[in-house]
Amino acid sequence: MNSILQGLIQAFNLILNLDKELFSIILLSLKVSGFALIIATVFGLPAGALLGLKRFPGRDLAISAANTFMGLPPVVVGLFVYLLLSRKGPLGFLGLLYSPSAMIIAQTILATPIVVALCQSATVNVDPIIRQAARTLGATPRQVTVTIINEARYGILSAIIAAFGRVMAEVGSILIVGGNIAGYTRVMTTTIALETDKGNFELALALGIILLAISFSINALLHVVQKKGTITVS
Amino acid sequence: MKLSVSHIAKAYEGRTILKDCSYAFDKNGTYVLMGRNGSGKSTFLRICALLEQADGGIVTYGENGAALQPDMALKRRITLVLPRIGVFNTTVSRNVAYPLRVRGLSYAEIESRVNKTLAFVGLEQKKSQQARTLSSGETQRLGIARALVLGPEILFLDEPTASIDEENTWIIESIIKDMKKEGRAMVIMTTHDNAQAERIADRVLVLDQGFFQPDKSN
Repeated sequence: MNSILQGLIQAFNLILNLDKELFSIILLSLKVSGFALIIATVFGLPAGALLGLKRFPGRDLAISAANTFMGLPPVVVGLFVYLLLSRKGPLGFLGLLYSPSAMIIAQTILATPIVVALCQSATVNVDPIIRQAARTLGATPRQVTVTIINEARYGILSAIIAAFGRVMAEVGSILIVGGNIAGYTRVMTTTIALETDKGNFELALALGIILLAISFSINALLHVVQKKGTITVS
Repeated sequence: MKLSVSHIAKAYEGRTILKDCSYAFDKNGTYVLMGRNGSGKSTFLRICALLEQADGGIVTYGENGAALQPDMALKRRITLVLPRIGVFNTTVSRNVAYPLRVRGLSYAEIESRVNKTLAFVGLEQKKSQQARTLSSGETQRLGIARALVLGPEILFLDEPTASIDEENTWIIESIIKDMKKEGRAMVIMTTHDNAQAERIADRVLVLDQGFFQPDKSN
């Protein structure tokens, strides 16, 4: 109990003193997860909207796949990306293994199905009357699609926030493909794992507190977005 | 612009709704379409508004003696207000601005037309309000405003007063009468309410068993 308390005090000291190592780790975490989220959104949002709005052969299969991949085990993704990027792998020539780029690839794979599945759900749940209303008001088919996506904006934002939450807290895949190299690929979650193994709890606790604060902020934001999106229809 | 429908037929899943409906809507004013529930009034309006294809028959829009192509340009000169208004999740004024925005009008033009239209339907005080928090009567007026802002030449109203209170019914009826006075548009609407038809119709059409019954008003 005493060591936890001491650890916490030292953790707060690190945070309050703006410890350089601590902040470089946080910055890299945000950078890796942020890039992964941007890529996942660029591909996942149109794919999710397409699945939500259009009927085509194989659509149900694609939706089931997206829903299944939402729960992809990170270590399996890490292993898969490792095999792809390792020297003997098909993309080994790129030399990306144990780099932030490899971590971004792994997190993108984890985040994309979440964005796709939740964006599909958000667009498919837009009241069909909106499509009819847009058509009666002279919108072209393209404008109708944009209108439906706009109506689903709170759900889409929730999808993006949920994906960010998932990748920020993820450790398995980035540990495998990033290698947890100090000052290069060491992020919050991998540092917590390493420092805990070493019995060095101050830094681990400081990062844990910050990770929790980020996680809390993400969930608070998600709550606000969802609340804003559910206005009572009279 | 004139509208003429001839020999319109429509069936859903083997059930015939419209058998043979023909009529020429060729005078400005208010046409009221009546009939029992399920008689096909809404289907007829949707076909006329080019939102649905008939199984048989022809819908023709004409101007100066020539038929118009049923393209997007024509669709943008007519508007249907559905019985359930699909309210966009934004403010009242942005809802009314929507049809103008999709037509690419300038901001100043949009603002001016939206303000005038909101004043016409009595919603100017609510322009910044979230549209989904309006009462059902106000929502119906919002639906009409969203159509009127376009200055449509033909306005289709499907049961515009079916689920609203008396006060809002009167307001909507006076909006329709004012439109007629100002020569804004030809109105083709459906209602169940005989008294309402008496109050506002120039011509009443009765749809029964898939056919139009003879015109009762003339």
